[in-house]
Amino acid sequence: MTALLRADGLAKAFGGVQALQGCTIEVDEGSVTGLIGPNGSGKTTLFNVMTGYERVDAGDVFLGGRKITNSPPDRVFALGVGRTFQLTRIFARLTVLENMLVPAPRRSAAGRRSLPGAKRAAPPDRQRAMELLDFVGIAGHAAALAGTLSYGQRKLLELAYVLIAEPAVILLDEPAGGVNPSLINHIAGRIRELNAGGTTFLIVEHNMEFVMGLCERVTVMDSGSVVASGPPDIIRTDPRVLDAYLGGSLEDEDDVTAG
Amino acid sequence: MNTGITWRAGTAAILLAAAAVFPLLFTNPLVTNYGVYALIFAGAATAWNLFSGFSGYISLGHAVFFGSGAYTVGIAAKDWHVSGVAVFGLLPLAAAVGAAIAVPFGLVALRVRRHTFIVITIAVFFIFQLMAYNLSFTGGSTGVSAPFLNWQAATYNNPFYYLALVILVVTMGLAWLIRRSRFGLQLRAIRDDEDRARGLGVRPMRVKLAAFTISAVVTGLLGGLWFYYLTQVQPPSGFDAQFDLSVALMTFLGGFGSISGPVLGAVLIEPGQQYLTSRFTNGYVSEILLGALFLLVVLFLPRGVIPTAAERVTAWRAARAAHAPDPLPADAADGAVAGSGAAVSAGAEGRPR
Repeated sequence: MTALLRADGLAKAFGGVQALQGCTIEVDEGSVTGLIGPNGSGKTTLFNVMTGYERVDAGDVFLGGRKITNSPPDRVFALGVGRTFQLTRIFARLTVLENMLVPAPRRSAAGRRSLPGAKRAAPPDRQRAMELLDFVGIAGHAAALAGTLSYGQRKLLELAYVLIAEPAVILLDEPAGGVNPSLINHIAGRIRELNAGGTTFLIVEHNMEFVMGLCERVTVMDSGSVVASGPPDIIRTDPRVLDAYLGGSLEDEDDVTAG
Repeated sequence: MNTGITWRAGTAAILLAAAAVFPLLFTNPLVTNYGVYALIFAGAATAWNLFSGFSGYISLGHAVFFGSGAYTVGIAAKDWHVSGVAVFGLLPLAAAVGAAIAVPFGLVALRVRRHTFIVITIAVFFIFQLMAYNLSFTGGSTGVSAPFLNWQAATYNNPFYYLALVILVVTMGLAWLIRRSRFGLQLRAIRDDEDRARGLGVRPMRVKLAAFTISAVVTGLLGGLWFYYLTQVQPPSGFDAQFDLSVALMTFLGGFGSISGPVLGAVLIEPGQQYLTSRFTNGYVSEILLGALFLLVVLFLPRGVIPTAAERVTAWRAARAAHAPDPLPADAADGAVAGSGAAVSAGAEGRPR
């Protein structure tokens, strides 16, 4: 397998805090990769620099061999990298259906080598939007203002409107955080289905059951760099991981502050 | 929903017909004068709302476009010796100047977010007012003037009235089309969360600048019309801080981000303001009242008359529907939203139009 999304030696400091330091991570095409680590280990910062929300101090980000380091968020999205946020960010004063129609169609820049699996898409239409709302299970709320949705439903809406542009890779920031158990299973099922259809995922999540059950590969971060990477069974028993993260109880990391 | 659309279209047709016959029923020029001002400000508030209401970026510098439009046609008519009805042919120039100013103005001001944006628009406003006082071709503090058109006094106001009405109707149609379009959706997404919209491929600068420029074109055009109506412009009347506050207040009162709100606000406020200005020549009475009204609206009616009224109607309908025997389907994905059916109907019908 080849790496679809790759970060190479990323460094990012906020004032005196080194959020990322020599951070290298590979997300194989067609995989579901988990990203775990204690709060403050740099997971969300990594998401932010890979999607253009923050600029890196050093290092590079590649998407299918193309350098996308410090590209603005709209360009990163157009090239095929979608993401969700830890604290959901939906358009509260638009209806659920209108939220679905905001994303721009994904484009492959003319004259350049297109990304694997990339195809030129028409602007999102209502029918496709309704299909996706149905897929995540909130089609019944299509006409409601998005601000009236529950927290879990917002997570589903965020996933749905990222999907409408058919990104090659989707970065999910705590998709199961603050969501009830039956909905967690629902989200996991949807991710499996999408992955079977060829979508690559990188998932930050504190819910170990969710990560270990879903991901074929898990990367562990601590203090801004990757300390281990491998299949869930190996990661579970890796002494460095136990030391950095899993030492205590697996389930006590459920706060919602930046990770 | 269909009955709602029919009802709305019917109301719009009746109001348009009423506006069209108004000068024929009330022939007193003192009365039609109020009509001309109300329509000019209804158009200006609609144009302002098309940018500020949709994008959430409050501009307090739209007088820049209004004044520039006025000065443009005034100076052009004088320098090129255009007179009589032909002066109306210069109005597109006022619109073009509005656009020509909006692009660089927007490229600078739209780089920053909300509050800083407001401050920059105010600063640009003062720069333009100062330029009007000090540049050689703007006539300093005496400004620019033109001869009155040689029309009969009794019907002098009517052509201005109908031209302003046409501009208003076209601008409202434009606002309606934009609101329904993908462009309008992107503007409203920017209003809710600009960074998130950006992460979904929306290019905020392009979208905001386009709306800002469209808004400036209409405002410049109205400034040109206003100049011919008054046949004079001075720096403090063309570049008038009260213009900025007025269009914002009218929009907030009627309904920020809605289509009919700014028009309602203008029709409610502008005649009163004109009356007070003519009644108390020292001027500050209307300004004090305008300021007080602004405070009251922001404190007690922050969403405006039309969205608030629409909400009441929806709540009343929902309450009536709740008594109906057929229960609403419970379709919440996680079953956590109590009364989600009512929320759905509130969302569908309670949106500002």
